[in-house]
Amino acid sequence: MKSLAELEAIRAQMLEKITLRKEDDEGVRIVVGMATCGIAAGARPVLNAFMEEVAKRGLRHVTVSQTGCIGMCRFEPIVEVVEPNKEKVTYIKMTPEKVGRVVAEHIVNGNVVAEYTIGANS
Amino acid sequence: MKELSLHILDIMQNSVAAGADLVEIDIIEDADADILKFTIIDNGKGMSPDMVNSVIDPFTTSRTTRKVGMGIPLLKAAAEAAGGGIELSSEVGVGTAISATFGYSHIDRQPLGDMAETMLGIITSYKNVDFIYLHKVGANEFGFDTREIRAALGGIPFTVPEVMFWLKEFLNENESGLRIDQE
Repeated sequence: MKSLAELEAIRAQMLEKITLRKEDDEGVRIVVGMATCGIAAGARPVLNAFMEEVAKRGLRHVTVSQTGCIGMCRFEPIVEVVEPNKEKVTYIKMTPEKVGRVVAEHIVNGNVVAEYTIGANS
Repeated sequence: MKELSLHILDIMQNSVAAGADLVEIDIIEDADADILKFTIIDNGKGMSPDMVNSVIDPFTTSRTTRKVGMGIPLLKAAAEAAGGGIELSSEVGVGTAISATFGYSHIDRQPLGDMAETMLGIITSYKNVDFIYLHKVGANEFGFDTREIRAALGGIPFTVPEVMFWLKEFLNENESGLRIDQE
């Protein structure tokens, strides 16, 4: 069973390896709607899938965060990708399965996955 | 909501939205007493008695200026459908406590669901909010306090990959451990 003592080891290892990202870095934000409507529609596994995918790829300029009701409950789970100096992209009816493609194609390679966006589905 | 853990997630989001920086979650599964009960206590801004009434039953209020959500009415309906109910107490400036009880063996009780994923999502999302968690299943229990985890990490955020994957395993192992070794 895991114990908190193992965290000390992770800490020692991390402090050597990384310089912590500054809070106010101009990075990419992935925002998941996590109000009642989003949660009921399946936002929880989507949020966790984004956090894991971003962590797995070591994308330190990307933050995953939550927001309340975006106001289009029938399209939940909704995810917004906000990049500096670019128009916000809104993905709708997200699932954990779609997360890999959004991260690989959009976040990493800069190509919006058009078929998942609200523009392609409304 | 398909799982009780989603209701718990929803209530914790309310706590965070109310400005809480400490949220306590208590879950008790007692098959012998035929009860499942969870309680969420926060130190957020709290609610006036009027507001408490309106969040429980948003359809019978005369409010015009404020949105009231569906989270608590959905939880109330789920608890009452399973032979239980909810209790909500709140004080402005102090915080809010909400608990929900369910008949453990009631046919209409939703499964608790994935508490590991629920807690991982919430604790890694809010770096300024701490969570004290305790989950009892019969004689087994698992708990943690994010203040202790943060102290052990000495300022390394939960979102650092190595830490997040450790947390995920920590939660999964301990949550599934609650279900074994039971007579």
